[in-house]
Amino acid sequence: MSAVLAPLRRWPGQQPLLFLLLAAAAWFGLYQTLMPAAEALVAALPVERDSHLSGALLFFFYDMPKVLLLLSGIVFVMGMINSYFTPERTRALLAGRTEGAANVMAASLGIVTPFCSCSAVPLFIGFVQAGVPLGVTFSFLISAPMVNEVALTLLFAMFGWNVALLYLGLGLSVAIAAGWVIGRLKMEAYLEDWVRDMPHTAATAGEDRLSLGERLDSGFASVREIVGKVWPYILGGIAIGAGIHGYVPEDFMASFMGKDVWWAVPLAVVIGVPMYTNAAGVIPIVQALLAKGAALGTVLAFMMSVIALSLPEMVILRKVLKMRLIATFVGVVATGILIVGYVFNAVL
Amino acid sequence: MKEIKVLGTGCCGSCTTTVALIEQVAQAKGVAVSLQKVEDLREVMNYGIMSTPGVVIDGKVVHAGGVPSRDKIVQWLTAGHA
Repeated sequence: MSAVLAPLRRWPGQQPLLFLLLAAAAWFGLYQTLMPAAEALVAALPVERDSHLSGALLFFFYDMPKVLLLLSGIVFVMGMINSYFTPERTRALLAGRTEGAANVMAASLGIVTPFCSCSAVPLFIGFVQAGVPLGVTFSFLISAPMVNEVALTLLFAMFGWNVALLYLGLGLSVAIAAGWVIGRLKMEAYLEDWVRDMPHTAATAGEDRLSLGERLDSGFASVREIVGKVWPYILGGIAIGAGIHGYVPEDFMASFMGKDVWWAVPLAVVIGVPMYTNAAGVIPIVQALLAKGAALGTVLAFMMSVIALSLPEMVILRKVLKMRLIATFVGVVATGILIVGYVFNAVL
Repeated sequence: MKEIKVLGTGCCGSCTTTVALIEQVAQAKGVAVSLQKVEDLREVMNYGIMSTPGVVIDGKVVHAGGVPSRDKIVQWLTAGHA
C-alpha cells in the first residue's frame, strides 16, 4: 500500500505549479459547495427547520468546516511566503537603518516572518546584535505575534473583511508607534549587561536557493504545525461562544462593556494581560462578547492585550531586559491599545 | 561518534520533539551519537542562531527554526556530514 502511495505523495514536489493550480481549484470548489452542502445535510436530519437545534447544527456543520478550510488555505500560502522571509533575512533588511521608516518596515515584516513567542528572545538578541535599533526591534516584536495570519483569518471568517482590515491597520499602528516611542526614550542602557556586551555580528542572509517544491513543503509543514495546534482552540472557542449565545441574556455585556462605560477599555486591557492564549482561542470569545452588546473598540482592545502582552513572555524577556525597559514596553503598548479602544468606540 | 547539540530555550515543546526525533533516527540507523540539549540562553546565542530549535553537529550549526524533517536528520547522520 505504502509503495503505491509513495510516488503519489512525492508528486507535488515534482510538479509544484500543477499541484498549486489543482489545489487552488479544489479549494475554491470545496468552499463554494460548503453552504449548500451544510443546508442539505441539516435538512436531511430529523430536526425541525428554524429551530434552535437546526441553527446550532448548521453553525457546526458550516462554520467549523468554513473556518478550518479558510485557515488551512491561508496558513498554507503564508507558510510558502514565510519561506521567503527568514528571520535572518528580515534582520539583514533592517540592520543599520534609521528609525521612522524602519519602524514601519519592521512592523510589516512582522506579519510575514515566521514567529513563535518562544523564539522572541533569540530574535531580540539577534536583531540588537546586528545593529537593528532598539525601537525598530520592538516594532517587530510587537507586530509579529499580534498581527498574524491566524488572527486575521479568524476575524475575516467571523466578522468579515472590514473588521479584519481594521485589526490589521490598528495592530500595525500600535506596533509602529510603540516602537518609535521606545526608540525615542533611549533605553539602550536597560538591556541586560551581557546582551549589550555581546560581540557585534554582521547581518547576513544566507543564499536563498529553495525551489518551488521546497516552498510547498514549507507550506505543508505550516499547515500541519499551526492548524494542528490551533483547531482544538477553535472548537472549544466555538463551543464556549455558542454557550454564551444561548444562555447569556441579550445586551448583558452592554451594561459593562458598552460604549458609554468609560472604564471598560482599561479594564479590558488589564484583564487581558494575565490571560495567555493565542488568537484562535480568544476570537470565539470575542465573537460572543460582541453578540451580547459589548462595544467593538473595547473588545478589540481586549483581544490585542491578550495576544500582545502576556506574563509568560515578560518572564522570558526579563532574561535580556531590565525591569525598567519591560515596564516601559508594557506601558507604551498598553497606552497604544487603550487609544485604539477609545478611538474605535468614539468613531463607530 | 557524532556530537549533536540541540539548541533551545523553552521552545513550545518543539525542542523536545527534535531531541526525540534525532534519538529515534540514530537508533533506527544504528549511528552512535552523543546528544545534548543546550538550554542556557547565552550559550545558545553564541551559536548565532535566531530561531529555535537549532541543531549543531560536531560544532557546526546545520539547522535553525522548527523541527527538522526526518529525511534531513537521516542525511546528517548517515552522509558523514562534517
